[in-house]
Amino acid sequence: MTTTLINGATLPDGTTTDLLIADGVIAERGAGLSAPAGARVVDAAGLVALPGLVDLHTHLREPGFEQSETVLSGTRAAAAGGFTAVFAMANTMPVSDTAGVVEQVQALGDAAGYATVRPIGAVTVGLGGERLSEIGAMANSRAGVRVFSDDGKCVHDSLLMRRALEYVKTFDGVVAQHAQDPRLTENAQMNEGALSSELGLKGWPAVAEESIIARDVLLAEHVGARLHICHLSTAGSVDVVRWAKARGIEVTAEVTPHHLLLTEELIRSYDARYKVNPPLRRDDDVRALREGLVDGTIDIVATDHAPHPEESKDCEWDHASFGMVGLESALSVVQAAMVDTGLFGWADVARVLSQTPAAIGRLGGHSHSFEVGASANLVFVDPASSSTFTVDRLAGKSHNSPYLGMTLPGSVRHTFHRGYPTVLDGSVLGASEVAAAAAAAGVARG
Amino acid sequence: MRHLLSTRDLLRDDAIGLLDIAEDMSEVQNREVKKLPTLRGKTVVNLFFEDSTRTRTSFEVAAKRLSADVINFSAKGSSVSKGESLKDTAQTLAAMGADGVVIRHSASGAPQVLAQSGWIDAGVVNAGDGTHEHPTQALLDAFTMRRRIHGDAARGRDLDGVSVMIVGDVLHSRVARSNLWLLETLGAHVTFVAPATLVPVGASTWPADIRYDLDAALAEVQPDVMMMLRIQQERMNAAFFPTTREYSRQWGLDDERLLALRPDSIVMHPGPMNRGLEISSRAADSAQSTVIEQVANGVSIRMAVLYSLLSGDREARS
Ligand SMILES: [Zn+2]
Repeated sequence: MTTTLINGATLPDGTTTDLLIADGVIAERGAGLSAPAGARVVDAAGLVALPGLVDLHTHLREPGFEQSETVLSGTRAAAAGGFTAVFAMANTMPVSDTAGVVEQVQALGDAAGYATVRPIGAVTVGLGGERLSEIGAMANSRAGVRVFSDDGKCVHDSLLMRRALEYVKTFDGVVAQHAQDPRLTENAQMNEGALSSELGLKGWPAVAEESIIARDVLLAEHVGARLHICHLSTAGSVDVVRWAKARGIEVTAEVTPHHLLLTEELIRSYDARYKVNPPLRRDDDVRALREGLVDGTIDIVATDHAPHPEESKDCEWDHASFGMVGLESALSVVQAAMVDTGLFGWADVARVLSQTPAAIGRLGGHSHSFEVGASANLVFVDPASSSTFTVDRLAGKSHNSPYLGMTLPGSVRHTFHRGYPTVLDGSVLGASEVAAAAAAAGVARG
Repeated sequence: MRHLLSTRDLLRDDAIGLLDIAEDMSEVQNREVKKLPTLRGKTVVNLFFEDSTRTRTSFEVAAKRLSADVINFSAKGSSVSKGESLKDTAQTLAAMGADGVVIRHSASGAPQVLAQSGWIDAGVVNAGDGTHEHPTQALLDAFTMRRRIHGDAARGRDLDGVSVMIVGDVLHSRVARSNLWLLETLGAHVTFVAPATLVPVGASTWPADIRYDLDAALAEVQPDVMMMLRIQQERMNAAFFPTTREYSRQWGLDDERLLALRPDSIVMHPGPMNRGLEISSRAADSAQSTVIEQVANGVSIRMAVLYSLLSGDREARS
């Protein structure tokens, strides 16, 4: 087992401390800790320590789309971005709609060791939107699924959505809805407005998202179930969720880093790296999303990391795939949009990128407040650095990042998953080293 | 100019320059020998991902009158229709030594993607992309208006104070968009008339008046130019309007409305026309109609565009 002494890290509350990591947990904390014999010593002066980040919305693509990403490459990207847990979306091939598939995904994650992988189960068979999938079997499988989503598609049928909310409640689960009215968004290409009209790209109107959210919060209220809304993207959606929360409805909401920073104006280039679903919106929406995140209407930031091979983006806009990779850039983008603008302190970042997503996903033993005995999932960030975002920062298989060439603040220096390092001095450790550490940690624990 | 991708980015002087060159080209077309040696040795590729015999032929005639070699690369029956990417097609054309690519594509922005890709170092002319733009159509329309209005004194003139009413499916029309930006640049005033379902979202921010009632708009504006847009029958199935009969009654240029125009107003249509739907035969064939002139002027404009983009040493100009 690795033992590591972290010297002089700054915690999210602004205090400075040493941390001793041993046997996979935070063994000691305080000033002037001394390193046991053989311990690795990490100088964390000037670095901010955060609990390991938790992404409630990641597309790992395996099984089925391994040319874009695998569980191994996707969790490597996660580690590079400071994440120690990812919830893997169900739109794989085969779809993650049975106990067999979710157990396979989880096992691949365990073996790779870069991050804890928590599979998300499909709400409906094959994401077909017609019949409930084996939600109970997935919940009771070794993967212990608690989050169910047809993400990529909206559970559009009102009755089916009602049943899903009710049935999932049985297993203390939550339905994560991709809110998109399919009829209002047929062949939609970008946010609907003056710009889509000028560019001749078919519009994806805000109302297609807002109307589904409005329906679903009322359904959740009616059946007394938990509801999670994926990737809110419009000012109107923020208003609807704010209203629902004030009414006491048990709804949580997420926003992606890209919707906090980028706007539709980028699409004037017809560069398909900016093609994403839901689409980039207006300045007013970005402002409302930031406000919603500050006042708690929006609970978490989740990446919607969506890898695609080069040929899916190096083409005409209409023919390009939707989606952006986001794990490696998320923390920098949140720093740019929320911290450097004065809207957020680091404790807020820890809340929206670690503690609350862990709570929504019922991920035990993961996120923490640096208490002794907590599982040592940790990330150390250098907030003072600033650099051009290049492909060197991308650790997954795909390079479809909208930030390439942009200057972004902050960089992940070290990531620890269950007490062993996955990133040291800004470099992602090798796959065999990490897998061995994961196996050792598993043995020590088991 | 390196490429012609849109009229929105076209400066006033460049636009008037193109119209003036087209006047010269038009004179050449009235001579017995219609050919100029200007683009001898240059290769122009007509890359058409969408069928349009009219536009393709117009570009082909224009290129040949400038003595360029023309390759027609149409999507139908070629590797393009079998799923070859724009990138591979572009690299193939580059290997063939294309100096100019005239591209028609159903995807908005495809010409811009091609121009900025680095896949090919050729001048790119947008011959219509999705519902985005069709710049040479707008240029030939402006050329036609300028001639009708200013006659032999057209050279160097803009369209200051000309009122243009564009009627029909603005939502899906790249012709309407390209005309709007160019007419705005040239000082004309544009009124769009259409059912609200066929007015683009956000068009209220555009430099155009938007009206729903054609008769009221005609009475009030008394436009110098009436431009009727083609209505595609499939729009009816997508519930943009209930029936073609209702559309025609409300927004068609029928005989009665033709009589309501000022006698010196001109009637335009980019073609192909649905006679009896958006325009009556009498209106289309009247002395006020410029439909046939538009076709002839199309060749002159496309000669002017190809000449401006491709004559001389491209590297020296870019
Ligand atoms: Zn989604």
